[in-house]
Amino acid sequence: MTQLFLEQALNGLQFGLMLFLLAAGLTLVFGIMDCINLAHGSLYMVGAYFVAAATQAADSFWIGLGAGVAGAAVLGLLLELSLFRQLYKRDHLSQVLATFALILIANEAVRVIWGAQPVMLNPPDALAGPVEIGDFFYPAYRLVIIAFGLAVAGLLYLLVAKSRVGMWVRAGASNREMTEALGINVRALFTAVFVFGTALCALAGGLLGPLLAVQVGMGESVLILAFVVIIIGGIGSIRGALVGSLIVGSVDTLGRALLPTLLRALLPADAASTLGPALASILIYLLMAGILFFKPQGLFPARA
Amino acid sequence: MAFYRPAAYQKPVAIALVIGLLALPTALTGLGQEFYIGFATRVLIFALAASSLNLLLGFGGMFSLGHAAFFGVGAYTAAICQQAGINEALIAFPLAMAFAGIFALAVGAISLRTRGVYFIMITLAFTQMAYYLAVSARSWGGDDGLPLVGRMTLAGISLADDTYFYFAAFFGLTVAMLFFSRLADARFGRVIQAIRENETRMEALGYPVFRYRLICFALGGALAGLAGALLANLTGLASPNLLLWTQSGTLLVMVIIGGVGYLYGGAVGALILLCLEEVLVGFTPHWHIALGLILLGVVLFAPKGVAALFGKKHG
Repeated sequence: MTQLFLEQALNGLQFGLMLFLLAAGLTLVFGIMDCINLAHGSLYMVGAYFVAAATQAADSFWIGLGAGVAGAAVLGLLLELSLFRQLYKRDHLSQVLATFALILIANEAVRVIWGAQPVMLNPPDALAGPVEIGDFFYPAYRLVIIAFGLAVAGLLYLLVAKSRVGMWVRAGASNREMTEALGINVRALFTAVFVFGTALCALAGGLLGPLLAVQVGMGESVLILAFVVIIIGGIGSIRGALVGSLIVGSVDTLGRALLPTLLRALLPADAASTLGPALASILIYLLMAGILFFKPQGLFPARA
Repeated sequence: MAFYRPAAYQKPVAIALVIGLLALPTALTGLGQEFYIGFATRVLIFALAASSLNLLLGFGGMFSLGHAAFFGVGAYTAAICQQAGINEALIAFPLAMAFAGIFALAVGAISLRTRGVYFIMITLAFTQMAYYLAVSARSWGGDDGLPLVGRMTLAGISLADDTYFYFAAFFGLTVAMLFFSRLADARFGRVIQAIRENETRMEALGYPVFRYRLICFALGGALAGLAGALLANLTGLASPNLLLWTQSGTLLVMVIIGGVGYLYGGAVGALILLCLEEVLVGFTPHWHIALGLILLGVVLFAPKGVAALFGKKHG
């Protein structure tokens, strides 16, 4: 039981850190530019496809990961300059409509280029096996993802909390007009944040590619989770995004793993087998509704 | 936004529309295009669903990304009614409206405490919950959805015939549109629009803002439930996909293309989007790309929607 719990806790940590990569970009775009980007999940999907294609071409996962992330960043730059720049000033309705249109285009374009079948992406051979931690085995690749996630989270924290650019970003999130008045080129800052956010979600897509299937529509489900994360954490707050991702990642993973067992102990078998998966799936949404009920601005509101 | 007022020519146009829509099945049969009666019914049903969302969004100013939940609850209620042996639409449809309305009341009671983006996301969260519940409810078909063995009867007349069913959907939409147009000009409609314009002022004037919003939210939910029950009868299936957030997105897209806050916005948007789909599918299997590009064009070049070209709003 403790072994199962430990393993699931590690899985939850790994999932939470990947969610953080997605949510960090989303919360900054949302918080600073007040722009609802439903296509963030599509950028994650396109990133994963880029990494898969580059890995196949270069025959090396790490080169593929780098090239794929760089490719996605270029795509992000083009999108920002051509479309998003015009959306910042518009109301949320227009943003939802435009980014919904982007989802349609991205899904279909991926289907045209790579086909409807999921694309396989293999982890590097050296990491394919399990490693022994204490008294149980854990996949080496998942450990690498955890390390990667922790490193990026640390870097991002230093960048946002300690650097000058990070200060501008935080200033922009809490009061955009004031930041502009202080002579900071908010427009260029927006572009940089957007491109950076795209690169982060492509990184998440590429890292998760070997664990999940790289397929059309993979972006939508994870997009909703990323939104849940930034709502729980408070829009525009990196710290909130980190805490929110870890909460959502571990609650979701542990819920799915442990709830059915727990319910079987409490309820008759057939009721438990129906209720278990349902409850596990909606657990994070219940959590979010609960948090919003008591803290309508999320845990760490950026515009306090 | 400004208060909604019907344009002077709206009444004659509406009468012409009613006559045209009444004659449509006969005309289609005469042309040998019976297939399109089903398509026209689909448009009518989505017009009803989109109009109910427009009531929240355009009149109440409540940007909900969870409308599909009420739509889906209506569809499932119809299918469950049939499973339970109730095959009479006069019982099943009001039940669908009641359940969707009550669900909307519960969702609204929690969601309406939040504002702006948080409201969008919490309504989205409730749709997701409803979706996962439907997917994991094995007695209701789980992933596959709950099929209807056949269409229901309306006052004893079977709706299996496409033309009869068309008229049933037409009747539902017409009554709903009459209700919307009365509502928009009635005291309730004025208050709800005033709250959209300036919530604080209405609060200060002593209006129970929360209660007005909640009632508006529940009304929209109930009408979406009716549309869902009709759709389940049309397609013969209450599918969990009806509850997916992308379905809410599609309804939103309809309202935005048609015109937010215009009486006919939802209906016009449903007509345009479904016709676009129908036409584009004929040209290319990759019609989603074309549809996406057209939507982008609408956002960038016709931001107020198509109905804005016809209806009027006065300050």
